[in-house]
Order: sequence, then structure tokens, then C-alpha cells
Amino acid sequence: MSASAQAIPSRGRVTLAETAADSRVMATRQLRKVLRRPMYVVYLFVQPVIFVLLFRYVFGGAIKAPHVSYVNYLMPGIIVMTAIFGALTTGLGLTEDLKAGVVDRFRSLPIARSAVLIGRTAADLTVNVISLIVMLLIGFAVGFRPSQPVYQVALAFALVLAFAYVFSWISAYVGLAVRDPETAQSVGFIWVFPLVFASSAFVPTSSMPGVLHTFADVNPVSLTVNATRALTVGHAHALGPGLATLAWLGGLLMVFVPLAVRKFRRA
Amino acid sequence: MSDAVEVHGLGKRVGEVVALAGLDLTVPAGTVFGLLGPNGAGKTTLVRILATLLEPSSGRAAVLGHDVVREPLAVRRRIGLAGQFAAVDEELTGRENVEMIARLYRLPVGDARRRAADVLERFELLEAADRRVSTYSGGMRRRLDLAAGLIGRPPVVLLDEPTAGLDPRSRQELWWIVDELRRDGTTVLLTTQYLEEADRLAQRIGVVHHGRIAAHGTAAELKAAVGATILSVRLADRATARDAAAALVGLGGAEQPHLDAADGEIRLAVEDPGASAEAVRRLDARRLEIASVELHQPTLDDVFLALTGHPAEKQPTEPTLEQEAA
Repeated sequence: MSASAQAIPSRGRVTLAETAADSRVMATRQLRKVLRRPMYVVYLFVQPVIFVLLFRYVFGGAIKAPHVSYVNYLMPGIIVMTAIFGALTTGLGLTEDLKAGVVDRFRSLPIARSAVLIGRTAADLTVNVISLIVMLLIGFAVGFRPSQPVYQVALAFALVLAFAYVFSWISAYVGLAVRDPETAQSVGFIWVFPLVFASSAFVPTSSMPGVLHTFADVNPVSLTVNATRALTVGHAHALGPGLATLAWLGGLLMVFVPLAVRKFRRA
Repeated sequence: MSDAVEVHGLGKRVGEVVALAGLDLTVPAGTVFGLLGPNGAGKTTLVRILATLLEPSSGRAAVLGHDVVREPLAVRRRIGLAGQFAAVDEELTGRENVEMIARLYRLPVGDARRRAADVLERFELLEAADRRVSTYSGGMRRRLDLAAGLIGRPPVVLLDEPTAGLDPRSRQELWWIVDELRRDGTTVLLTTQYLEEADRLAQRIGVVHHGRIAAHGTAAELKAAVGATILSVRLADRATARDAAAALVGLGGAEQPHLDAADGEIRLAVEDPGASAEAVRRLDARRLEIASVELHQPTLDDVFLALTGHPAEKQPTEPTLEQEAA
């Protein structure tokens, strides 16, 4: 016992370098798990693909998009929706870890408690990169044709990823707050659906009535979709919605990172 | 420092529920301490507080001199935790699971690999090391969970009902592991609902009841505290057990006879060994057919019964008289 006790460091805090190393281990764990469950990734696409088919071929003909064809209007919205659905898996996964007792194990280890969340959100971001590329390809298949320069399209892609990352933290907080996987699943839809549908993702907000219209115009989903749309298919200014999106994301990150970490400490 | 775990007046209240009500406990370094008690007695709450997973409402607890609330990181560097649920990743292999924990103890990759191989071999998981945990049996998972808890070579190990739900063979294997930890000088605090297990593994036992330690000591000390000899009577026809218990009231200066609903056994602590003959006479007089009458030294079962007023869990669960009647 004395031998092992001597080897124990006496510092009262985990260093930044240690936090980074712990986070890397946690991200590797999560990516390995995803790779072993390929169906889980495929499942992520089912809903967005249904939406593509539904809006492109069923409702699309009846929706009048300003300046561009409906498929070009729709795909930025679908891509942002895919990002937010991808972010939901963060919270869902954490509730599964809570249930399995894995969170207790991690919390009993001398690691940075934030590392579990930093690693998890980083891994989910990686998965989101893949799912956004797949959605982009699906978009091309149904007629999506970005008209703007490649660097702008890349910028749009980066913006959507930033959006996905921030929403991963919100979803982490919600998951840790509700604790149970089934509840997390239904609660996820409760907060995500209004954001996605009361937005400019599928239809122009100009046709929405008063309060809804106002909500839709300040909704971070709308702003991200508007910026993405401007950066890919043009016919609008990207700077305004782009900066508004960044302001939203920065604010949300500052609120939800500490909230999620605090919830995790007490999980 | 001689005490590995010190707990003073520990209280935990969750809403209306009092999980711990001023629990005191010391575990000398290098010993195995068994916390024995039924479900809901507060055992898991105590383990979670010691593992820094839960903050106490009152009182204090320290592991190797480090307070669990003020110095949680120092405590986490010194403990290993394994619970009643195997906290391992199903999709990963056994080796990946333990290597990951070793990495989280910040061992360099090479050391983590070596130590993972060592611990897997020690727990007889080397052959299955590269299979996914989803293919493991319950016993293998529990061993892997324990391997993960021990890979950091913690001086203090907390085991929360390590054998709950295991088959007898797997339980035996876990017992050997605890024996080995004791030989290595590791301090072990384990909880169990099974008297047999506490008796077999622990040098000292604390009986937990309603969030407090109702009694503690070695198994022998606890048994001696019950004092008397135990008279145990079984009837040929279980249905007559209640009548028989009534007939034995007041026998040999004993307190109330206890009827074990699960197996129809009547037990009472008696001062006078002659009580067995008297018991036979009384039952004969009422024409109750006896299957067996025996006198024995008190077991931990008797201790638990004397302390808490109800018997401890039996490992195999049999239908109770009530259930049979229903």
C-alpha cells in the first residue's frame, strides 16, 4: 500500500494538459463504439432522408421559394436539421452511460470531469462531419446545386458544424437533467421540433402569423439556415445572419458548457 | 495512518428519505470490512459517498486521511470502485475497456497495455480479451468490471454488492479475488446482503440497519453478542409451523420464537440446553409432528435477526409461506 500511496500525486487539481489527454481517451472510446454500431450511424440518416423525399417531392411543388428552386432552398435547411439531430445523440448517449453505471465509473476516477463531456461532444462532432457529407451527397442526387464559390460553401459547412457542436452541449445538459434514455428521446423532440419547424428551414417565414414569424426570425436555426443558404445558393446576404448565428452560438456555449459540466459533477 | 476509511456521523437525506442517519465506521488499513444489511439499509449510499459520487448531508468521511468533500480528487486517486452493475462498454472488447481505464489513470500507452494484460490474465479473461463484452457471461462482465476498478492499483477498494445476481461459481471466483486483495494488503470495503459472504470474506463486519451501524465486530464477536444457544425446530408439515411457534412461547427463558416464513424453520435463542427436550414435549402434547430439533451456536443469521428483528436475505430465494398460500 505504501508503495502505491507514494506514487500518487498530491495536486488538488487536474491540469489542462491532463484534461486534454483524458478528453482524447473519451473521444476515442465514443468513436470506437460508433464504428462498432454502424447501424446507429445509418439510423441517423433515416429521418433526414425521409424529410428530403417528403419536402422535395411531396410538399415541394406547392411551396414557393424566393429566387431559387425549392430543392436549393430546402437542402441547407435539411443539412442544419441533420446537424441538430446528430447533436441529440450526445444527450441520448450520456443517458445510456448513466443507466449502465459507466458515468459512475468515470466520476470515481481521478480525471477531469469535464473531459467526459469534451471527449463525447468532440466524437459526436466527428460523426456529424460524416453525416453532413452524406447529406450533401444526397442533396446532389436530388438536384441540389450550390452556385457560390467553393470557399463559401466550405464556410457554410464550418458554420453548420459549429452549430452542431454547440447543440451537442445543450443536448448533453438536457440528457444529464432527465437521466433516462426514453425520456431523453421524447424530450429531445419536444425542444428540437419547434426550433426546426418554426424556422426558415423548410418554408419562408414571411407566410407565418405574427408571434410565430417573430420567433422564426430570431430562432438560431433560421439564422444558421439563412447564412448557410446565402453562402451556398446565394441571392441573399450571408454576413447578417452569419454574425447573428455566431453570437447565438457563442452565448449558448457560454451558458450550456458550465451547466452541463455542473450537471455531470452531480450526476 | 492506521485507518483507511473513517466515517463520523454520516447523514444523507434525499427529500423525505433518510438514507444514512449518523453512520460511524472505521476500517483499518489492509483489512476487509463487510457491510451487511438488507436492501435500502444505506449501504450503497455510503459507498457512493466514499467514492465521491454523492455528497453527504451531514457528518464527514475520509479515505486515507482525505476528506471526500474537500479533497475529492485525492480520494479518487486512492480508490477503486466496482458495483453491482458491470459498468463496462458492451461494444468494446475486454482489453479495450481496461486499457481505457488505465489510460485515464494516465499510464503511458505501453504501461497501460502491459497492466491491462496482467489484470486480464489475473482475472482469467485473457482468452476472451479481444472479444466484445456483449459476448461475455454475467460473471465475466463482473470480473471485467472489477479488473477495471483495480487496474489503477488503488490502496482502497470499494465493492458494492460484488456478487449480487451471480451464479455460485462466479461468486466463488470473486471471493478468491477478494482473498487475493487482502493478501496484497489492499483495504476492501464491500457490501453484501448475504451473511455467508460477509462471514467468508470480511475480517470485520458492520451490520447496517436504517442508515446506521447496528453492530460491528468480527463474525465471532457478533455471534457471541447473541449469547445464547440457538434452538431450531422444523415441523414435518410446514402448515403447522405457526401453531408450533405459538406452543414454544416462553420456552427456556427465551424471547419470542421466530418463524422463518421462507422455510418453515422456527428459531429461538435459549439459555438452557435442556430446552430442546421441553420443546419436544410441548410439540408432542399438541400432536405436532417434528421433522428435526437441533441446538447450534448462533450464526450471523441469528445475529441479524437479533439486531434488526427480521432475517437476512437467503441466497437462493424460495417461495415464502405467504406466496405458497396465495
